[in-house]
Amino acid sequence: MFYVRLFFHYWMQYLKIRMEYRSDFFVQLVTDLMFQGVNLVFIIVVFSHTADLSGWSREEVIFIYGYFLVPFSLFASFFNLWDFNERYIIKGELDRVLTRPAHSLFQVILETMTPESLSGGITGLLVMGWAGWKMGLELSWYDPLLFILFVLGGGAIYAGIYILLTSISLFSDSKTDIQPIMFNVGNYGRYPVDVYNKVIRTVLTWVIPFAFVGFYPASFFLNEERWMTLALLTPVVGLVWLYLGIKVWNWGIRNYRGAGN
Amino acid sequence: MLNTYMELVRIRFLMMLAYRVKYYSGIIIYSLNIGVYYFLWMAIYGENSSLNGTTPVQMATYVAVAWMSRAFYFNNLDREIAAEIRDGTVAIQLIRPYHYILVKCFQGLGEGIFRLLLFSAPGLFLVSLVFPIQLPTGVEDWGWFVLSLVFAFVINSQVNVITGLMAFFIMNNTGLIRGKRVLVDLLSGLLIPIHLFPEWAGKILAFLPFQGISYMPSTILSRGLPTSEIIQFLGIQMLWLILLLIPIQLLWMTARRRLIVQGG
Repeated sequence: MFYVRLFFHYWMQYLKIRMEYRSDFFVQLVTDLMFQGVNLVFIIVVFSHTADLSGWSREEVIFIYGYFLVPFSLFASFFNLWDFNERYIIKGELDRVLTRPAHSLFQVILETMTPESLSGGITGLLVMGWAGWKMGLELSWYDPLLFILFVLGGGAIYAGIYILLTSISLFSDSKTDIQPIMFNVGNYGRYPVDVYNKVIRTVLTWVIPFAFVGFYPASFFLNEERWMTLALLTPVVGLVWLYLGIKVWNWGIRNYRGAGN
Repeated sequence: MLNTYMELVRIRFLMMLAYRVKYYSGIIIYSLNIGVYYFLWMAIYGENSSLNGTTPVQMATYVAVAWMSRAFYFNNLDREIAAEIRDGTVAIQLIRPYHYILVKCFQGLGEGIFRLLLFSAPGLFLVSLVFPIQLPTGVEDWGWFVLSLVFAFVINSQVNVITGLMAFFIMNNTGLIRGKRVLVDLLSGLLIPIHLFPEWAGKILAFLPFQGISYMPSTILSRGLPTSEIIQFLGIQMLWLILLLIPIQLLWMTARRRLIVQGG
């Protein structure tokens, strides 16, 4: 209850800030749309040269991409840990956070959230809807339920991985810059994994499981039997990674000594 | 004067040596990038032996060269400049007896040279062992490529400087910077070689500076163009290199007048 109230207060505060800098808000929306547009362009250009990608049609690949945008928008809204090192470690903001009676990670998340990124989820639903309609995809009664579960799972995977990477800053205050690079890798989970060879497929499934954010669950809705088990594992993988991320974070916080001023 | 700037290159080079985690993680990520795009393109080829006159081997070479070149020309000048503008340290930079933008560019060069020597060169060699790629053996081809790559670095840095200076006008430009990065990766031909774009898009891209960042150097090395075409490429790059100086100068002049540093 305490956390819900806290969330609400931060939310209001955030809105106030946003109303103050309205042009930034607009720029953010436009860049988000551009970002999604670029990826769609890639898919469309690619399919102007071939009819299928390892047996997947254009609509199917677009559907997978649309699906991917939904869990990704969840992540992008609430796990903006990009400049954590700069802002919280080097500038010492974390010391302030640690003196307060709420979980440190929760505070950091609330302080850095950008809920307007959720608009990406709407774009994703539209893209998915369009592709599904083109293919005449049929939905079962349990599909929406599973969809929500899968999306939460995918978001949790992303969150877990990034919390883990961010926690590295708690142990060493040198810059690592792994996060922006990881950002690229995250994008590969939205192509059918049978395109890749075994090594990359294994990496995307078990090492950094980005394939669970996009491809596996999306293929479930495309009624693809081959990946059924993996798709259903999505929420489990999400929980495991989120748990891991938070564990390492807590461990890091106990270890944290401050960078000094 | 040049000595001052060369010293900056050296210091940045040494700084990069200090941050080794970044270096190792970079190697893994870049090889993964090359791998993923290699397989994607091979899936696109499927049974085809040529797309718009490009063979699968040429495509694989293009992917490898383009990503390894990116390691050289890529820098975070936009983020660095924006951060210094936001926290006000740019004011101190302005009173120092050197040109702020040039300083930034030479720091970027130090970073680039570091990655070129310790990353791209060995990386390209390793990639050539794993993937079936074909690099030219002639000195001449490599000479043209190096020249084109240097131009690519300058053009990319100029685009970054322009984006970074925008922080003078839009206080929170992280979104702009991220958007620019994605857009440059697409429009420069890194993800899709420009001659594989639909015709109308290719025509538009021919009028933009981004082709000089990735498409031109990578094509020179991967497709064995006739010399006349190479010279034409280099000419276009040079033209953009000069043209881009204009917006930078304009932005810089207006920005300095607008500069407001809070606190201090």
